[in-house]
Amino acid sequence: MSFTDILLIMFGVILVENFIFSKFLGICPFLGVSEKPATALGMGMAVVFVITLASGATWAVYYLLLEPLGLEYLRTVAFILVIAALVQFIEMFLRKFVPALYSAMGIYLPLITTNCAVLGTALLNIQKGYNFITSVCFGFAAATGFTIAIVIFAGLRARIDEAEMPRAFRGFPITLIAAGLLAMAFAGFSGISFA
Amino acid sequence: MTLSGIAKQFRSGILDNNPVLIQLLGMCPTLATTTSVANAIGMGLAATAVLTCSNILISLLRKFIPKQVRIAVFIVIISGFVTAVELLMKAYFFELYGALGLFIPLIVVNCIILARAEAFASKNPVLPSAIDGLASGIGFTSALVVIASVRELLGNGTFLGLEVLGKNYPDAVVFILPAGAFLTLGFIVALVQMLKNKADNKKCEKEAVAEALEKAATAAGEEVQA
Repeated sequence: MSFTDILLIMFGVILVENFIFSKFLGICPFLGVSEKPATALGMGMAVVFVITLASGATWAVYYLLLEPLGLEYLRTVAFILVIAALVQFIEMFLRKFVPALYSAMGIYLPLITTNCAVLGTALLNIQKGYNFITSVCFGFAAATGFTIAIVIFAGLRARIDEAEMPRAFRGFPITLIAAGLLAMAFAGFSGISFA
Repeated sequence: MTLSGIAKQFRSGILDNNPVLIQLLGMCPTLATTTSVANAIGMGLAATAVLTCSNILISLLRKFIPKQVRIAVFIVIISGFVTAVELLMKAYFFELYGALGLFIPLIVVNCIILARAEAFASKNPVLPSAIDGLASGIGFTSALVVIASVRELLGNGTFLGLEVLGKNYPDAVVFILPAGAFLTLGFIVALVQMLKNKADNKKCEKEAVAEALEKAATAAGEEVQA
């Protein structure tokens, strides 16, 4: 794959096929950790970090271990174990060697194991038959798209909390409706074709 | 294990503690697979199968799983069942498998399943755990079907593929698009909260009336004594 192909794939997954607004991957943290822009950014950074590394690791596990042994059907089990181990390892590594980064995103790391965006990216890389470099770039771009979405949304939610609304809409429903309106805005990108 | 206990468990899983509409868990598959009622039923049944099987196995093994690594063990058990369901669907329901795509293997990270394993199956005997899994699964499925009915009806004018609103209905495509998923779920959860608020108010009123009656009764009793 040439450099432009990779670049197009990356822009495509950030804007057109955004993980939150078109693929519905990683909705739980998107709705749960988007109360303040600062925490949203912390979560986003942690997700970028983990998804980029996990894309590389799961690619290697699939093509170097599972495929030669004919165990492709075990990919879901293998990937979730690799991701859980990776998250644990990143947490220990950061705590020991990069305490500043650990204090910025450490508390979000355990939540990421069950973030479906991570497993989703790993499975998509295999499904689309990307090579190693494309997989890592795709993972990085997908997570960047997630971060952009969650930070924009956190900014919106800060305003919603101040607004008056019927009692039944308070809390979760109005958050979903705001997300729906933002999704409409993102749907505007779907006219653009990168591929 | 009495019959009324079983009924109570089902009521809790489907209505009082509905995993999607009350506990707000498992949002990704809820939003992604409710574009049509058929997809919603397929997704719901697949998750129900995994939920019931994993609850049974985890309950059977609950005395042998070391506490420190229980989450990892749960995830391995769950992903084993998910792989089985995935292979079965690929073999017998290929069309549905194609439509649900990525969200079949992603049942592994569906928080409803891990939540039932951790909160219920790891502490209770086999039969209640199996019923708990089945009840939560049916609750999940019914929530998906409700959301999908609204989306399919408004977005496509059909229900389960059958023409309902007539050929002249101008499809409101936005309900099939991602934005419609968020909006539909938002309004449905708002409706649920409204009903819940009303029920809570009624309960409060009843309690207040009962309290006032009791007070009046005791006051009357004291007067009589005096």
